[in-house]
Amino acid sequence: MIGLLGKKIGMTRIFNQKGQHVPVTVVELGPCHVVDVRTLERDKYRAVQLGFGDIREKLVTKPRAGHFKKAGIAPARWVREIRDMDPESVKIGEALSCDIFKEGDRVKVTASTKGRGFQGVMKRHGFHGAKASHGAHEVHRHGGAIGAHTDPGRVWKNTKMPGRMGGDQQTVKNLEVVRVDTEANLVMIKGCVPCPAGSFIIVRKG
Amino acid sequence: MNRIQNWTHGELRKDIPEFKAGDTINVHVRVIEGDKERLQVFQGVVLQRRSSGMDETFTVRKISGGVGVERIFPLQSPSVAKIEVLRKGRVRRARLNYLKSLKGKAARIREKTTPRIKKSAATSTSNKKTAAEPSEA
Repeated sequence: MIGLLGKKIGMTRIFNQKGQHVPVTVVELGPCHVVDVRTLERDKYRAVQLGFGDIREKLVTKPRAGHFKKAGIAPARWVREIRDMDPESVKIGEALSCDIFKEGDRVKVTASTKGRGFQGVMKRHGFHGAKASHGAHEVHRHGGAIGAHTDPGRVWKNTKMPGRMGGDQQTVKNLEVVRVDTEANLVMIKGCVPCPAGSFIIVRKG
Repeated sequence: MNRIQNWTHGELRKDIPEFKAGDTINVHVRVIEGDKERLQVFQGVVLQRRSSGMDETFTVRKISGGVGVERIFPLQSPSVAKIEVLRKGRVRRARLNYLKSLKGKAARIREKTTPRIKKSAATSTSNKKTAAEPSEA
């Protein structure tokens, strides 16, 4: 497993050699500095801790600042571990750029979905709602019954009901890398990825 | 969006003539039939152009056999082989959706003619713009 931290820039389209239209998401990936590593001997698991994004000095807490100082790098806005990335393949303080991805690679993209606020059951769970007419009164978008009577005398856990929607972490697998621009640190990924433009994302290989 | 546009800017086609809503154009479309490729011409009035850069599309409407037909083309698509502007239309809006409900004579668009400017009139307007500077005359 190998991965990078980045930011979604937005979507556009390109045309391939056959002249077919390909929808792509443009993401900024790296340069990510290696902040720390996790090894089997010391931590019982293997991972590489990466940092990405500029941050004002003032916003970095002292313990964090010390952590970055130890690695000899500037403070980063986002710090995440990439699990099962070989800790021996990198040096602490080293910068990884998007050239680890090439055209045709398959990647997984992890990000937080767009927050949608408090939503009803039709939008949140895909319920069909109630009838539009035939005597339906003020129940058009309601979910119907949520349980039985005295037995069990309560509502089952995890019953689908209205509530907060979106803002959950989501991973989209098997997306294709279409193009890489190492100078601008931009990568085009076929299709869409969760999250609004400008948000933090993690892109992993495989 | 700027960073995206910077990236794709160099790939934008330069062979596309200037045209806008209201113009009558010929779109030469590449049609692939089996392993053969041929050009098909779609002639009609441009209803709108939307978006920009690689994403730009335009809508062309024509009346075919008494039925209105609209096609939306991606401007940058290689399947649009060529665009010919046949007639510039004089319209007052960027999206001509009102044309969809009109037919026959009512759906005509006046041709845009460049106003003939008299030489003296032209200089007088330019003088107005540069009133602060001393006039050449």
